Amino acid sequence: MRIGVVAETAEGETRVAATPSTVAQLVKLGYDVSVQLGAGVASAFPDGGYVASGAVIVDRIDAWGADVVLTVNAPADAELRLLAEGATLVSWLSPGLNPGFVDKLVALPITALAVDAVPRISRAQSMDVLSSTANIAGYRAVVEAANRFGRFFTGQVTAAGKVPPAKVLVAGAGVAGLAAIGAASSMGAIVRATDPRPEVAEQVKSIGGTYLAVDVAEQKQVSSDGYAQATSEAYDQRAAEIYSEQAADVDIIITTANIPGRTAPVLITAADVASMKSGSVIVDLAAANGGNVEGTVPGTEFVTANGVTIIGYTDLARRLPAQASQLYGQNLVNLLTLLTPGKDGRLVLDHTDIVQRAITVAQNGEKLWPPPPVHVSAAPTAAAPTSEADVAPQKTGLSRTTKGVLTVIGIAILFGVIAIAPAPLPQHITVLVLAIVIGFYVIGKVHHALHTPLMSVTNAISGIVVVGAMLQLTIDDPATRILASVAVLLASINIFGGFAVSRRMLRMFSKD
Amino acid sequence: MTTEAITIAISGAAYLVAALLFILSLAGLARHETARTGLVYGITGMVIALLATIALDVQSSTPTAIVLLLGALVIGGAIGLWRAARVQMTGMPQFIALLHSFVGLAAVLIGWNGYLESANIAPDLVGIHRGEIFIGIFIGAVTFTGSIVAYLKLSARIKSAPLVLPGRNALNLAALGLFVVFTVWFVITPAFWLLIAVTVLALLLGLHLVASIGGGDMPVVVSMLNSYSGWAAAASGFLLNNDLLIVTGALVGSSGAYLSYIMCKAMNRSFISVIAGGFGIAAPTHSADETGEHHEITAEETAQLLAEAKSVVITPGFGMAVAQAQYPVAELARALRERGVKVRFGIHPVAGRLPGHMNVLLAEAKVPYDIVLEMDEINDDLPGTSVVLVIGANDTVNPAAALDPSSPIAGMPVLKVWEAEEVIVFKRSMASGYAGVANPLFYRDNTRMLFGDAKDRVEEIVRALCDVRV
Repeated sequence: MRIGVVAETAEGETRVAATPSTVAQLVKLGYDVSVQLGAGVASAFPDGGYVASGAVIVDRIDAWGADVVLTVNAPADAELRLLAEGATLVSWLSPGLNPGFVDKLVALPITALAVDAVPRISRAQSMDVLSSTANIAGYRAVVEAANRFGRFFTGQVTAAGKVPPAKVLVAGAGVAGLAAIGAASSMGAIVRATDPRPEVAEQVKSIGGTYLAVDVAEQKQVSSDGYAQATSEAYDQRAAEIYSEQAADVDIIITTANIPGRTAPVLITAADVASMKSGSVIVDLAAANGGNVEGTVPGTEFVTANGVTIIGYTDLARRLPAQASQLYGQNLVNLLTLLTPGKDGRLVLDHTDIVQRAITVAQNGEKLWPPPPVHVSAAPTAAAPTSEADVAPQKTGLSRTTKGVLTVIGIAILFGVIAIAPAPLPQHITVLVLAIVIGFYVIGKVHHALHTPLMSVTNAISGIVVVGAMLQLTIDDPATRILASVAVLLASINIFGGFAVSRRMLRMFSKD
Repeated sequence: MTTEAITIAISGAAYLVAALLFILSLAGLARHETARTGLVYGITGMVIALLATIALDVQSSTPTAIVLLLGALVIGGAIGLWRAARVQMTGMPQFIALLHSFVGLAAVLIGWNGYLESANIAPDLVGIHRGEIFIGIFIGAVTFTGSIVAYLKLSARIKSAPLVLPGRNALNLAALGLFVVFTVWFVITPAFWLLIAVTVLALLLGLHLVASIGGGDMPVVVSMLNSYSGWAAAASGFLLNNDLLIVTGALVGSSGAYLSYIMCKAMNRSFISVIAGGFGIAAPTHSADETGEHHEITAEETAQLLAEAKSVVITPGFGMAVAQAQYPVAELARALRERGVKVRFGIHPVAGRLPGHMNVLLAEAKVPYDIVLEMDEINDDLPGTSVVLVIGANDTVNPAAALDPSSPIAGMPVLKVWEAEEVIVFKRSMASGYAGVANPLFYRDNTRMLFGDAKDRVEEIVRALCDVRV
């Protein structure tokens, strides 16, 4: 099959959906790759590079007419008409935000895949374009801030005097937030970060930031889809206090709080901005979504009356075109690797796979959006590749009432047995039950390495049946005696063998 | 007081002390530092119990009985010590399984004896006595054949694949139901043939129970049999009116059951389904799509890689035990540590065929236990690890368990070795592991396969390592 890489026509777009290095990987997957003339120029990838990687340079019509079309932005109407029948469009379609656009796609005889709809599960991390883009935006936000900030980031002691380090507050420790924390702290700034999910504290710390916990008792966010969710009132109040305190103290604020499909929450109020020092810089990464800062103007920057620069760029990824194209292109290669199981240049869509199902918006006139929800537990951000998608089927334990009823029945049975049973039995049962409980507790904290010795010792101890057999030996009856002595013999093999082997094992355990 | 009364009183006290010592023994075995003391407690308790019982016997028995007693004790003890001294550490699972069978058989014999001498039982206790005989024989016989089958499976004398009979759950339930019927019948009319019938029934049930459990679940089975052998002893205690037997049996029984439960949790498997023989039959459903290209590596290249590594994690599995590779592995770890490489071992809770099997082997090879870590302790460190050596482990490092919800082992906690920079897998061939599930780890880009006998390969690496200059 032929893959077409088109030149982006969206206003201000600098990126491209494939780079020479990703083209080489696509060719390896068995595809023929056609790149539109000049597609990579704005990202500093000249046509020659693509040719060297095995691509053919074609015109616009040819690129759009390929079997598989890769784009960065959702195509314009005129471009949609260029798509061939049965073609597959792989693009950033934002189907959740543009229902009208989804309907247009459904009307066409094509398959439309929205790369931005990849679910946040571990397996799909390599295809997550949102993470890649957020990573770039976080880094670039620091660069933009440094550019506007009239001082060093790092603290220095020079012959001309002491320079204090810049203080940076990052609101929201998602992928973008973590990237910003990492970039700012590697430039030497003191970095603090906030986030409603306490589990990110370690990640913040690991890349050089300090996590500011919002200490509200009931707030425990367990994210079911890998994104942060809206917060409670008590939490918001305490968080607002923290932001006010920090605003007066720090030099730079980078806000990254985006809640999918909703207007971004306002974290920094106009009063907070007014309390900041002159020369401070705010970068609002949620500007496109309404902004986390009161007064942000999307797409531009301006200076407030008290000398604070507020940057509301919505094109941060485009400001790093080569890097953004490379990451986006690599995400697409990873996606196509999944879609090309035969590595034979044939794209196969398998709807039983949750990743493939989740990204399919439309297929040959059939509307497949929205996909069934994919739930992942505790995959807080894609920046933490260690986090695991826990998709194991949940086992439902006994309900509390069932447990209660069972306990009562158990007690009733015990009571009945003890009340009815003749003399020695109740006493024996008492002993039995107590011993069971002791056995249960004694074993509770055994070190895993000692399981084998433990088992061989308990095995030796269970050879205590020898006592029973020995007592039976006193009975004056030949048959009984013979059976009893065989039992004694067997049980003593167990006792001596068990203890001896445990001793051998325990002797070996040594410490440096 | 007569001497007889004094002996009985003293032996009663001795039994109490012995029971307490057994509890202390199990408690001591929870930690490395106190494990040896725990063992001493156990042995002391046993000696006290034996001496007290011998004293009772001497008091009330004929010389013939005493000769028989001491003879059996000495012969049995000698056999036990002889076998224990000779058993290989790698053969520990089957040895312990075999030992369990002895307790089971002894319990059966005691039950039979209980039937033979039911003369001097109080009339209102006769029914209960008969019930106790049956329960004792039943548990004992199940333990006996169950352990024998486990022994045969573990020592590879029979195939470890689960036996799947049609309607096997129904069979098990029917056997239990039949047992109840027999018991009631026997309580009413104690016929000898019923005794034989229940013994045969229990023997068959034990056989079937363990035969239908797959090899991968053997750690759980062994510890479950351990528990059964305890219950068998407790049942004998009821029969003989002996509290020491009840206490000790219940201790072993409940601790063994809890240990099995821990194991099951580690494998993310339902306790009930393992006991009823559930897991091993999960056939590989889609191993075909897990194939791909694997990359090979030589021992010399591995040595080079290890010498340049900052940190190395070794995750051994049953394959290391089979190849007897624990000594060269320990040597390798020592050599790397001398070079300043941070070496640690990551042990999956169910690696091997016995709980803690790998720890015993590594301890045998004198690997210090403080660098031998549990899965949960090491998993978070794996992403920052330069090289992971997977030696004879397969299912316990299978990424499918964590990443592929459709895998038969999905949800089983595994060592996430694939998160390390480089993974080297020692393997004899590309075959599947015990669970019969294909392992996508082998086809990962950061995985290298080192084929051949693990022991030979590790020895080659140790030799090659001497030539590598840092």
